Amino acid sequence: MVDPAMITATIAFAALTVYALLGGADFGGGVLELVAGGPTKQAQRALIQRAIGPIWEANHVWMILVIVLLFTCFPRAFAAIGIALHIPILLMLVGVVFRGCAFVFRSYGDPNSRSEHLWSRVFSIASLVTPVLLGVIVGTVASGQVHFNEQGVYLSGYLRPWLRPFPWAVGAFALALFTFLAAVYLCVEASEPETRDAIRRRALLSALGVGVTAGLAWLLAVHGAPTLYQKISGSWWTWPVQIATGGVALSAIVALWRRRFLLARTLAVVQVVLILTGYAMGQLPYLVVPDITVASSAAPRITHVLVLAALAGGVVVLFPSLALLYHVFKGESAFAVFDRNGTKPAAPR
Amino acid sequence: MNDLLFARLQMAISLGFHIIFAAIGVAMPVLMVMSERRWRRTGSRVYEEITRRWAKGTAILFAVGAVSGTVLAFELGLLWPRFMEHAGAIIGLPFSLEGFAFFTEAIFLGLYLFGWDRLSPRAHMACGLVVAVSGAASAFFVITANAWMNAPAGFTYDPQTDIFSDINPVAAMFNPAWAPQVVHMLVAAYMATAFGVAGVHALRLLGDPDNAFHRKALSLAMVVAVPAAVIQPLTGDWAAKIVARNQPAKLAALEGQFKTVRGAPLRIGGVPDEDAGVTRWAIEIPHLLSFVAYRDFQAEVLGLEAFPRDDWPPVAMTHIAFQLMVGCGMTMLMVGAWFALACWRKKRVRQNPWLLRALVLCAPLGFLAIEFGWVVTEVGRQPWIIYNIMRTRDAVTPMPGLVGPFAVFTLIYVLLAVVVTMVLMHHIRSAPHMVEENMGG
Repeated sequence: MVDPAMITATIAFAALTVYALLGGADFGGGVLELVAGGPTKQAQRALIQRAIGPIWEANHVWMILVIVLLFTCFPRAFAAIGIALHIPILLMLVGVVFRGCAFVFRSYGDPNSRSEHLWSRVFSIASLVTPVLLGVIVGTVASGQVHFNEQGVYLSGYLRPWLRPFPWAVGAFALALFTFLAAVYLCVEASEPETRDAIRRRALLSALGVGVTAGLAWLLAVHGAPTLYQKISGSWWTWPVQIATGGVALSAIVALWRRRFLLARTLAVVQVVLILTGYAMGQLPYLVVPDITVASSAAPRITHVLVLAALAGGVVVLFPSLALLYHVFKGESAFAVFDRNGTKPAAPR
Repeated sequence: MNDLLFARLQMAISLGFHIIFAAIGVAMPVLMVMSERRWRRTGSRVYEEITRRWAKGTAILFAVGAVSGTVLAFELGLLWPRFMEHAGAIIGLPFSLEGFAFFTEAIFLGLYLFGWDRLSPRAHMACGLVVAVSGAASAFFVITANAWMNAPAGFTYDPQTDIFSDINPVAAMFNPAWAPQVVHMLVAAYMATAFGVAGVHALRLLGDPDNAFHRKALSLAMVVAVPAAVIQPLTGDWAAKIVARNQPAKLAALEGQFKTVRGAPLRIGGVPDEDAGVTRWAIEIPHLLSFVAYRDFQAEVLGLEAFPRDDWPPVAMTHIAFQLMVGCGMTMLMVGAWFALACWRKKRVRQNPWLLRALVLCAPLGFLAIEFGWVVTEVGRQPWIIYNIMRTRDAVTPMPGLVGPFAVFTLIYVLLAVVVTMVLMHHIRSAPHMVEENMGG
């Protein structure tokens, strides 16, 4: 019989993946606003604002779901992360607060005042900082630098574990990846060719950034996250995932190059799913390397069973609702997987 | 010791900030949908304008509520890791369900706010209704978790080994305090929001008495405000009885009752002196507390003297906050009754500036009552984080220098409060002047 804790842990990782795909792309949108330029600058910004507006709050809830699953099903891991990573989490929350508030203040504030420009700035900068800190947190959890003794007393200090090169390489990687995702999504949603070309250039550049930061994180992982590194490089079953990730990433770039935007989007999504799958395979059974595992931090079985029941009931409501949301605001192209010959991406109504 | 204080202050400020936006997020969609229903039925442009402007206000406040709620979810672990380590498995279930309710709320609010032209009128209104229902469901789930801290259930605790066993998350969720706390808080959310909205429109009517926009908006808000104000004392009475049963020390603190007596009096006002063990300058109504708590004028009420001094909550703060909460509620009830009387006698509310001024006065009172009530339930539970099981000081993070995070979040919340106020003031000032229309067609 499968351990229910393993199922809830897998679902938590899946929810984190969806958050990266949806919420991550919303942060990426903010970064693209920051680097918007050229003759279509205003059009790019309007496109980004229109794309994020109706959906960012729903996308944000995936983060809350991950946190809730963590503290319900693996309370010891949640407590450990809360203690050891207090400061980077605090900084990330500042980013979360300012990103969300700046977005609505800009949308609903006095359009004639100068504050709109200010809030645009705050929105973009918060969108840039938050993914980096999110990556730092994930990188630290994977690094094996967070130690507890037998009695559960924390030993590693509040700065040292996360002020190391590896977590920040993961942060840079997360930033590049989210920006890439956002740019690829926006290529599909853009209606004017000039705007789309500008976004496409940024997508290709950020793809380059993804490659560079991934390589950097991999190199730094040798010493920065040895447990993860050995598991990913030393097990035969992780290699197919790694090779597939590389292959899909390159195919996504080719699809972008050849302007097959729907296909590029599908490949980018698969790429992110594979990256997080590889990460999960490298990290499990640890939740916080090296002292806290799925088994050692799991809540009693009954909690997992009830949460699984709640999840089963919840998705019955959630998935159709999400489908409706994306259908209404992203049109037919929301669920298209690849480009048919001759079809142009749907223009927003 | 200072770290504990700053952790508690940070939690208090975060919750005190979030609770306002959470309450508005629960109640505002109800007003929004009521207005839309009238608009769709009558085709009135005034109600269309009210619906759209209320929706815009909701959009601003909901977003602030969403991000401040996220902060809280993390703060549980940042500030109280030892609490979450044990409580997570027991009360995580309602939080998980709340996650889905909040998901639904966010999705359908997105559809509602951005879907005016993309959805049929019927579908649009249905989306608003889903937002209202899932908002209430979110509040329900979260409050059951808070009620559990007051009336812990669904586990066995061994103080010798500090082990929680026999965990039953369903029993924990439906702990003895869940029902009155949920109902009292939900009604408070509707009441505070409706009086808040009514007060804003009353203020505008004072300067622009013929504006149909503000007149109809005010009446619509009062449709929610008046019944809520009438119901709230009854739900509060229920909540007090449950407190008496589960947390006698909290009841003693909120009434300023130091001695254990039969036929205890109900106190109005007064200042408790913890060292002297008396509550001075209160108006005492003989035997009424015994009746309120136990439905028996002669019932024995445990005073604080029945509990070790170490287990006392801060008495003065709890008692005074309770008095202020009740005072706010009673004021709103009276103004609500005045408004209802004026309507019943077919008096034109806009021609009664004193009634309008009273309604303006009530605008902040509901939110103040929520804050005071929150102080009563949280401070009144001290020194426990899980009543009679775990002390707050044992739950706090070992991280030193908590004054830092406290300062950061206090600054952010002050800044946000200022900006939200400015954005809302701009929104309110830009409301149009509209004339009464012929509703015949």
